[in-house]
Amino acid sequence: MSDTGIGARVLRKEDKRFITGKGQYTDDINLKDQTYAYFVRSPHAHATIKSINTAKAKKMPGVVDIFTSKEVEEDKIGGLICGWMIHSKDGSGMKAGPHPILASGKVRFVGDQVAVVIAETREQAKAAAQAVVVSYGVLPHNVDAAQAMKTKAQVHDVASDNRVYNWSIGDEAATDAAFKTAAHVTKIDLINNRLIPNAMETRAAIGSYDTGSDHYTLYTTSQNPHVARLVISAFHGLAPEHKLRVIAPDVGGGFGSKIFIYGEEVTCVWASKRIGGRPVKWTADRSEAFLSDAHGRDHVSHAELAMDASGKIVGLKVHTIASMGAYLSTFSSCVPTYLYATLLSGQYKIPNIYAEVDAVYTNTAPVDAYRGAGRPEATYLLERIVETAARELKIDPAEFRRRNFITVFPHQTPVIFMYDAGDYGAALDKALEMSDYKNFPARKAASAKNGKLRGVGFSAYIEACGIAPSAAVGSLGAGVGLWESAEVRVNAVGTVEVLTGSHSHGQGHETTFAQLVSERLGVDINNVAIVHGDTDKVQMGMGTYGSRSGAVGMTAVSKALDKIEAKAKRVAAAVMEASTDDIDFKDGTFTVKGTDTKMAFGEVALASYVGHKFNSSEIEIGLKETSFHDPSNFVFPAGVHICEVEVDQDTGLTKIASYTAVDDFGTIINPMIVEGQVQGGVAQGIGQALLEGAHYDRESGQLLTGSYMDYNMPKAANMPHIENFKLGFTFTKCPSNPLGMKGCGEAGAIAAPPAVINAITHALGVRDIAMPATPLTVWNAMQPMKRAAE
Amino acid sequence: MPAISMKVNGKAVCGDVENRTLLVDFIRTNLGLTGTHVGCDTSQCGACVVHIDGKAVKSCTTFAVACEGADVTTIEGIAKNGKLHPMQQAFHENHGLQCGFCTPGMIMASIDIVKRNGKKVSEDVIRRELSQNICRCTGYHNIVAAVQSAAEKM
Amino acid sequence: MENFNYHRPATVNAAVALLKKSKGGSYMAGGHTLLPTMKQGLASPTDIIDLTAIKGFSGITVGKSAVVIKAGTTHMEVATSAAVKKAIPALAELAGKIGGVHVRHKGTIGGSIANSDPAADYPSACLGLGATIVTNKRKIPADAFFTGMFQTALKDGEIITEVSFPIPKKSSHQKFPNPASRYSLVGVFIAQGSDGKVRVAVTGAGPKVYRVPEMEAALSKNFAVSALAGISAKAKGLNSDMHATAEYRAHLIGVLARRAVEAAK
Repeated sequence: MSDTGIGARVLRKEDKRFITGKGQYTDDINLKDQTYAYFVRSPHAHATIKSINTAKAKKMPGVVDIFTSKEVEEDKIGGLICGWMIHSKDGSGMKAGPHPILASGKVRFVGDQVAVVIAETREQAKAAAQAVVVSYGVLPHNVDAAQAMKTKAQVHDVASDNRVYNWSIGDEAATDAAFKTAAHVTKIDLINNRLIPNAMETRAAIGSYDTGSDHYTLYTTSQNPHVARLVISAFHGLAPEHKLRVIAPDVGGGFGSKIFIYGEEVTCVWASKRIGGRPVKWTADRSEAFLSDAHGRDHVSHAELAMDASGKIVGLKVHTIASMGAYLSTFSSCVPTYLYATLLSGQYKIPNIYAEVDAVYTNTAPVDAYRGAGRPEATYLLERIVETAARELKIDPAEFRRRNFITVFPHQTPVIFMYDAGDYGAALDKALEMSDYKNFPARKAASAKNGKLRGVGFSAYIEACGIAPSAAVGSLGAGVGLWESAEVRVNAVGTVEVLTGSHSHGQGHETTFAQLVSERLGVDINNVAIVHGDTDKVQMGMGTYGSRSGAVGMTAVSKALDKIEAKAKRVAAAVMEASTDDIDFKDGTFTVKGTDTKMAFGEVALASYVGHKFNSSEIEIGLKETSFHDPSNFVFPAGVHICEVEVDQDTGLTKIASYTAVDDFGTIINPMIVEGQVQGGVAQGIGQALLEGAHYDRESGQLLTGSYMDYNMPKAANMPHIENFKLGFTFTKCPSNPLGMKGCGEAGAIAAPPAVINAITHALGVRDIAMPATPLTVWNAMQPMKRAAE
Repeated sequence: MPAISMKVNGKAVCGDVENRTLLVDFIRTNLGLTGTHVGCDTSQCGACVVHIDGKAVKSCTTFAVACEGADVTTIEGIAKNGKLHPMQQAFHENHGLQCGFCTPGMIMASIDIVKRNGKKVSEDVIRRELSQNICRCTGYHNIVAAVQSAAEKM
Repeated sequence: MENFNYHRPATVNAAVALLKKSKGGSYMAGGHTLLPTMKQGLASPTDIIDLTAIKGFSGITVGKSAVVIKAGTTHMEVATSAAVKKAIPALAELAGKIGGVHVRHKGTIGGSIANSDPAADYPSACLGLGATIVTNKRKIPADAFFTGMFQTALKDGEIITEVSFPIPKKSSHQKFPNPASRYSLVGVFIAQGSDGKVRVAVTGAGPKVYRVPEMEAALSKNFAVSALAGISAKAKGLNSDMHATAEYRAHLIGVLARRAVEAAK
């Protein structure tokens, strides 16, 4: 390992601009003569739009123009799409209602955009937006997933019972049969609380149309600018791809919410042409972000787990109602299906699984992928029911898990996935040791002396990430392939530029991708530049989500580097007058085997462009290679997290006393960055378990948690102390990519919620507690016990 | 429009603003110092923290006109002669940032914490006093470590 | 946000005159209540009269029997004042729990009290210590000052100039913050006066800060946790929202009152 290669704790190359205030986020960019957009949003959860009167608003100072669905339809701008077709059990396709970029005829949730005001300043646009008069005919609404199929509030004409699809996976008959043989069945009802992503940079866009060249540019907060370009071209019909450049500059966090194509961004591009080519800039207020960013989770589930007399799991049955919100967002349909139910086997040998999912419309913001996307919901359900089963059977929860772990690989689950490698027992052993599990009773007694209830909870999670391969996802309904591209350009002086379709919005690709190049080519990490986030520079890519940049994106780079190495060897061989087979390449030096004739990488790079020393009809001049990598399988990171909590009996306040995370991510490029991903993910998981929850008022349909006054974000004091937050790693190599990488971005958010909730239920001695386990919720849960004691 | 003048990062600056112009907008728009960010509209996220007369304040909750004659320091003004401030260096060395959006406010708030609490500032105090700076990426772990590390060097 | 006329008078009298002349003006000290409400479009004053340039508008004087804090004194100044920490440690602690650091650098005692936010902290110290609120016109006892939710006894144009807190034998402030906003979900301020009489003030729980006579009577007889046994706050009339039901708030009042008696110094 070189000090900047694979496995090194290299400090981040991108840090300098961020710590000195020189980052360039979308809102930091200002184009000449730009205008500002502000959206008129629905105050109602469900209503017909009777009329929109913009006359007075149009006369207000600074107003350039105001657009509604009328102009959208005039210009034939297509609606937003959902790119993953899901079929119901009965074979029918999912029921996708129309999703225009500005609401047409009807609004379906509080915050639905109805009109856009373009003005000279942001204040003027906002003031005029308030003067747009919309007449609504209020309709009955429903914000509750569990009620969606029973309510009279029908969100879309295409779905009379609000059901988008009724999907299933697994063998129902076999699972029913297994349950008949069971010695014990554990049943549980769970709600996976709706979350609001809250990347600290809100969504923003600048759309710019050049009248001279008939060319569009969109600067935007995107995790996948090429997908945005593709969708805006192909579905909204705004411009063909060669006439649209999408730039995602520095992006301040995504967590899934910036994968999707939203109406506001498309509107900025379209409106710029409509007003004659002046750029149109929009930056969401945080209040708008709360209302209009795609939310996450929102499942209502019933599950049953069957065990035989020896405590071995023989079957799992699950029914889930998943709220999709008011419209199907870009990838929403695959989240509660192929990203969720396929993970219900967890780390366990479960011979029979059957799951049924009803996806439903509600009068709420659309729900789509949020850090983990389906996998946290699966893990929460499975790890809660497994823990509950262990308690019912009076088996230590660690032992119960161990008894059911998959130990032989590859392992085919009954729900599609073929797990390729893992050692779940090793992670459990390490986590037990690091968390000092054996001395938990002593710590519990110490807490009790201080009037605190202490509990310990486990979470043995698995995730399928590096979302791919293309053929597999295609057969499951994906509208896109899930590969990644890379182009490696070696300059004549031996410095390297890597163009990648992956996108970094905090993950540190400028460092980790450079580490790979440094390792492979032996070049100084400072002589490597990573280029991403601009469709004019990088030809095509699928972007960053689903913990795929390492396993998929870096593999593409690695394959391009293979080609660079092969080409450079031919050049070196020609220059050194040897056979290509006789060239060794190590630590940046090409050597003729068995001699001391050698060339440095930089010399070969120069030679490949000078072109005098080889026959350019045999070896093409230059050193630039491309790879499109389509993986052969998903990757399967897994691990065991153990959480200890202390609950204040007086107030119900829960403190994370300690948290131990042991993860198997396969090969780790930069442990410092990976640890940061786990810490951040766990914070989001702790947030879901203890603090965060989107709350729509049933009566009014209003979002009650519409600002940081009421939506409780994790803060520094909510997290365990440095010495009580322990991270460890185990290692099994991923066989499906040459680097052996698995992906680490979502693990914390997936693993943490059940670990925390299992710890609280353990502390309180209750069967269940709702997320978020706020002081009020915990105090309420303690009341029956107190009454019983009194 | 009223003309205002103040010192920003050691330099005298002036500009014409509306009375309602927030300090953060003056800094970002009039001065082009876009390192100071806006992360919310309810004065709670701390992304906009700058120093006014040496104290950490929210530039989104301060009118520019009220800063007439003030001495303002932003994230762009803390490195001296090309040398990073110890807090900037510590955020880098401890991987105290990921997407970087909250980082300027976080660093400005952290400098204020150390200035008031000294080298031996406890982990509890750091965590409590960062309660109005929200980070969605790091889980705060490495931010707290960075502040502790910088405290010893400041 | 609507635009407004901005004034920065140098004297209290000038400030009063400016407000009188304005159509719908507002005083502003730290601005940490007014500005967020203006940003949300909930307030649109025609004029803002910035009080921070008034000479002698901030400062702390600790006398034999009272701590006098000028209206423009920031929360941070109170929280870190060695003299306040010595005379009424609970008052310094309370100031140190308001908002966050950035708020405490700007927010002022006068602004907080004049706003009478039902979940603010200072009103509980005023009521719990039996403070006197001094304005440009008169002296108002705390018991008569907080008249309702966001309502006080202040007349149009009247400006708080200072607050005088009698130094108690001992006192304590206990706060259970709203998990999200960090305002008081419930806050309890308990003080035993130099005459032995005890005052118990509660914030966050009801429409305005209020006293709890049953607890005061019991603690005046016997300043001990045991004196609170059997006294439970009534849930009726208390605030109920997604963060706390009225029952939970009533429960927290009891918990915090016990903790305050235990911690009083």
